[in-house]
Amino acid sequence: MANGATVGEVQRSVPGRFIAFIVRWTTATNHKDIGTLYLCTALLNLFIGGTLALCIRAELFVPGLQFVEPNFFNTLTTMHGLVMLFGFIMPVAVGFANWLIPMMIGAPDMALPRLNNMSFWLLPTATILLISTLFMDGGAPNFGWTMYAPLSTTYGPPSTDYMIFAVHMLGISSIMGSINIITTIATMRAPGMTWMKLPVFVWTWLVTAFLLIGIMPVLAGAVTMMLFDRNFGTAFFDAAGGGDPLLFQHIFWFFGHPEVYVLALPAFGIVSQIIPTFSRKPLFGYRTMVMATVLIGFLSYIVWAHHMFTSGMPYGAQLYFMLATMLIAVPTGMKVFNWITTMFRGSISFETPMLFAIAFVFMFTFAGCTGVMLAVAPADFQYHDSYFVVAHFHYVLVNGLTFAFLGGAYYWYPKFWGRMYSERLGRWHFWLSAVSVNVLFFPQHFLGLAGMPRRIPDYALQFVDFNFISSLGAFVFGFSQLIFVYNLITSRRRGEPASDRVWEGAQGLEWTLSSPPPHHSFQTPPKVD
Amino acid sequence: MSEPTPTDKYYIPASSHWPILCCIALLTFFVGIGRWLHDLPSGPWVWLCGIALLVVVLFGWFGNVISENLSGAYNEQVGRSFRSGMKLLILSEVVFFAGFFGGYFFIRLWGIPMLGGEVHPITSVMLWPDFSAEWPLLTNPDNDRFLGATNLGSPWGVPLANTLLLLTSSVTLTYAHRAMAAGHSGTLKAGLFITILLGATFLGLQAHEYIDDYERNNLTLNAGIYGSVFYLLTGFHGFHVLVGVVMISTMLGRALKGHFSRPGDHFALEGVAWYWHFVDVVWLLLFLFVYWL
Amino acid sequence: MVGLIRFLGAGLLGACVLFSPALAAADINMPRGVTPVSQDIYGLHMYVIWIVVGIMAVVYGVIIFSLVRHRKSKGAVADTFSQNNLLEIVWTVVPLIIITAIAVPSIRVLIEMDDYDAADLTVKITGHQWKWQYEYLDHGVGFFSLLTTPMAEVVGVEEKDEWYLLEVDEPLVLPTNRKVRFVVTSNDVIHSWWVPELGIKRDAVPGYIYEAWARIQEPGTYRGQCAELCGVNHGFMPIVVKAVAPAEFDQWIAARANAAPPVTSDRDWNLSTAMTRGAALYDQHCGACHKFDGSGMPPTFPSLRDSSITTSADVNRHIDVVMNGVPNTAMPNFAPQLDDEELAAIITYERNAWEHDTGDLVLPSQIQARRQ
Ligand code: HEA
Ligand code: HEA
Ligand code: HEC
Ligand code: CUA
Ligand SMILES: [Cu+2]
Repeated sequence: MANGATVGEVQRSVPGRFIAFIVRWTTATNHKDIGTLYLCTALLNLFIGGTLALCIRAELFVPGLQFVEPNFFNTLTTMHGLVMLFGFIMPVAVGFANWLIPMMIGAPDMALPRLNNMSFWLLPTATILLISTLFMDGGAPNFGWTMYAPLSTTYGPPSTDYMIFAVHMLGISSIMGSINIITTIATMRAPGMTWMKLPVFVWTWLVTAFLLIGIMPVLAGAVTMMLFDRNFGTAFFDAAGGGDPLLFQHIFWFFGHPEVYVLALPAFGIVSQIIPTFSRKPLFGYRTMVMATVLIGFLSYIVWAHHMFTSGMPYGAQLYFMLATMLIAVPTGMKVFNWITTMFRGSISFETPMLFAIAFVFMFTFAGCTGVMLAVAPADFQYHDSYFVVAHFHYVLVNGLTFAFLGGAYYWYPKFWGRMYSERLGRWHFWLSAVSVNVLFFPQHFLGLAGMPRRIPDYALQFVDFNFISSLGAFVFGFSQLIFVYNLITSRRRGEPASDRVWEGAQGLEWTLSSPPPHHSFQTPPKVD
Repeated sequence: MSEPTPTDKYYIPASSHWPILCCIALLTFFVGIGRWLHDLPSGPWVWLCGIALLVVVLFGWFGNVISENLSGAYNEQVGRSFRSGMKLLILSEVVFFAGFFGGYFFIRLWGIPMLGGEVHPITSVMLWPDFSAEWPLLTNPDNDRFLGATNLGSPWGVPLANTLLLLTSSVTLTYAHRAMAAGHSGTLKAGLFITILLGATFLGLQAHEYIDDYERNNLTLNAGIYGSVFYLLTGFHGFHVLVGVVMISTMLGRALKGHFSRPGDHFALEGVAWYWHFVDVVWLLLFLFVYWL
Repeated sequence: MVGLIRFLGAGLLGACVLFSPALAAADINMPRGVTPVSQDIYGLHMYVIWIVVGIMAVVYGVIIFSLVRHRKSKGAVADTFSQNNLLEIVWTVVPLIIITAIAVPSIRVLIEMDDYDAADLTVKITGHQWKWQYEYLDHGVGFFSLLTTPMAEVVGVEEKDEWYLLEVDEPLVLPTNRKVRFVVTSNDVIHSWWVPELGIKRDAVPGYIYEAWARIQEPGTYRGQCAELCGVNHGFMPIVVKAVAPAEFDQWIAARANAAPPVTSDRDWNLSTAMTRGAALYDQHCGACHKFDGSGMPPTFPSLRDSSITTSADVNRHIDVVMNGVPNTAMPNFAPQLDDEELAAIITYERNAWEHDTGDLVLPSQIQARRQ
């Protein structure tokens, strides 16, 4: 055991292919194995969360109650939010981090491989605990992913306690993952790989990991207080005992806002890798890119209460949070402009990853602009908790980040598996997704402006048309993702063998390795100059 | 974080079954508490199974690391990784407590004055006309549902003694650490032993104070926000002291087996020392803001 | 690439065709509203929209230009520049200027919204699961306001009414051209009182009071909905505000204030009238939690079919639960909300519906006696 035995040895020593398979994946310490585990889990959760979303959209297809009861509808919304955020979009980012960071910095593996295994396996364990609440007496949590007290404390179903523990485990998982990533970047860089030579993706993950360490413990604290209020008679969120329900919101959003940049930054990183490759031009403004990343990370800590404009904060606080929030547009804008200038006067080609990256820039800019509208405190009194907000964050999360991650998946697929995906299917996937996702979420802006609140199972008649269109888009978008999965699975066998560099314009250490790369990426550190 | 130094060889551990067992242990542990909270008969037993498995995992995992270390498999790069990991772990703990302190200040500086009508009178006038803001809060807005504490102990009794205990223990631990670096294994053992004693005394006094508060002062978890905040902060701190004592005891056990005989840096002891100092600093803040001011 | 552009064009065209009927039929923008604040918000909203449209035009313009002109398939050769300090300073400073331009008018509106003084009239709004309670503090008038859309419309048995889900038994009546101050709180969880046309969305936080104000400029009926997830029937607690001329309002409120309190009498009280009234009242007030067939949603909302309380010989225990509620649970106290006859009817109904058939007839005077 002591000296770097490889996975192959374990396989031989355990009889039975099935057991060998289980043992191999449950005990994996290799960064690529763990990265694969993360990516597969994320994909699975996308489908679980997506199925929940399709149930939501099915219920909202036409007014009236058709398929689900109001209570179960609230459960669907809550589980959809939680599964998508904690089960899909965070793991997908960590999966890429595991695969790529060692290859990009010229290391053989992550710094703390056993910890890495644990942070992965906590994820399915916690997800199973979370999803099991659906089958418990009294139903699953039904108070939204924001779990505001006192709806979640005094009035929550019994399964809430299990959700709290699941959140604890997810928190531990993220913290350990972040510790590992920071440590890897800090101690495992190949000689000559100075800070300002790190690929932007690595930089974004460094900042993300610090963000995670700075917020996950706070979330753990918040749900712990919830647990105490529910079971041990404390009064944190109860005015009768001197507490305050808004305390929960403040603590939650102190976590919740940086959380959205935790999701966004790795996606920015991926786009910053893809665009130069297919523009055949170095990334414009590397220094600004790094600086903007750090700045976004910092600013995201001090804007949380823009989710609480209507909650009764004093005027001065509203003013401050409005201004601070709008400030984030500046570093984010730097990034957008840098991407555009990278494309400008390049030699652009339109392979599937690039299509997704371009769509990301388009739709993320749009989503950011609705974000700035939300940040205008007086106007947020009309937008808040309406479908306008739902539209805003799906534009960032789905049209934006999910597209970036899909682009990343196509971009590195040949590198990871040594085979090209089918470009034809990739394009079908892209165009179907790009059109349907807008049909899905664009009308929701109108719904929100016209006054439709979020988290309702049934709606008044003036909202009929747009809900119908939106649901239509949802099913087409869901279907398009099946093309993606089909492409991934079939190309693994039938795809053409990929060359080492794969893309003509690709730069970076990962492309100097073979496709697929060796089990331990860089046994001896490469020389970087 | 410094620039990387060239190493021609990395250490890569083999696959390991400890992490997944640890996950299963945590799951069992949490499911156990959950069932316990809902008064299901199996709860405490499931919980105990979780704890037992966790203990096995900790022994196995750390044992594995220690034997790798003793066999000389680690190099300087591994040492740096461990140190970086420990620092970040402590950072996350700092944030954990910072969250609680943030909540505490919010309640004191905003929630309570609001309820008492000091910020903006309307809440107090219309909803809690009999309530007046004070800290520590003995009379709650609704004293029927949350019966406040009758009186509070002085910070200059047990809390002050505890402060002195912890401060001294930090000194003795540093002393032990220095002794190890210099290769004085006898002093090392003595230093660790005294530190453990001090930590254990702290825990004893703290338990005594809790019992006192519950029985004489009616300072309970149900005593409204003061009780809530008090037990949340001191309780989690006490738990960290307990973990620290267990870790230092492990170090003492290893020292007795002769593990730290080779002079020089030993990450385990160093990490534990950092952790202990962190727990100490948290206590100072607690003493300042929860007991005193 | 030409193929791609064609595809994109076709998609866009398709989307337009898809949208056009909807665009004509439904409102797609924020209502301008009928208060100074709502109109200022609307102005701000349009102002910011035009700014971001401008930003998007520039951003998209440059991207599309590069995509068209600098395509590899057209033989574009990549440049190598990767740094330009002047450019980067410009695109840091320009957004800063833009956000200042957004911030300044926003601050003005924010200050305007924050002014709760010198009101002509104060209304206390209390959120309950799942109804609103209104109290005119200056007149001693108060009532609850509940959804009236029948269940048959919700489940699709009946045709949906024009104001499906937006109709209540008693709207909040307000005078036009007077400054009305709202003090908003909640009895259980957080709700949010949102009427888009008044430009008000104010969270109702239990144990705390936060304020809002409106000066309605036009008579009319304005509708809104609870905007903070508050449990099962969050989607079913609408708000209807009826704004009337001040004179009409004064008349209305005087009539309400002087209305004689209902007299409790057991005359004409028999099992069948009590059951009919009880069934309707039960559906309206209790059905949300305990379900129309009394099965509830255990364990949080107990089944009343199998409850010992609803069938035990001790009627008073049953009466007390309904009148006083169960503290620290969702079960509200109905004593302040329903009169003696209504409570008697509901309790009688519960004791005889769902094969309970206890034959108990609860008298209004029994209820009156239990009111301390
Ligand atoms: C990855 C996720 C992500 C990202 C990146 C963002 C980005 C932003 N978000 Fe969003 N947001 C969410 C996810 C995200 N958000 C979620 C999930 C919620 C709802 C949570 C819930 O309630 O359930 C939410 C809700 C939310 C609210 C609360 C709404 C409400 O409930 O009332 C607000 C309010 O300020 C807001 C603002 C912003 C802003 C200003 C940005 C900015 O960072 C955007 C910056 C980007 C740009 C502006 C575009 C590019 C810039 C330029 C081209 C430069 C020029 C531009 C200008 C000068 C304007 N968001
Ligand atoms: C990354 C995050 C993420 C992603 C990807 C999505 C994706 C989608 N979301 Fe959601 N959403 C959130 C995060 C996300 N969402 C959050 C945080 C909330 C707030 C929750 C709250 O209010 O608390 C929310 C809320 C939310 C609402 C509002 C609910 C309400 O307020 O009541 C709606 C309604 O339309 C919605 C819809 C959708 C749809 C249609 C998709 C689609 O993109 C999904 C597309 C579908 C698939 C990709 C799956 C494909 C599946 C099949 C084709 C079926 C095959 C099935 C099997 C193989 C089993 N989401
Ligand atoms: C907002 C939700 C809600 C509404 C509305 C509601 N109840 Fe309840 N009710 C509850 C809850 C929750 C309990 C359980 C309280 C507990 O845990 O003891 C309960 C308990 C009861 C009980 C005691 C049952 C038992 O076995 O403990 C009776 C009787 C009852 N309700 C009658 C009514 C009547 C009559 C109405 C309408 C006039 C009504 N409820 C409306 C939530 C509600
Ligand atoms: Cu009340 Cu939502
Ligand atoms: Cu935010």
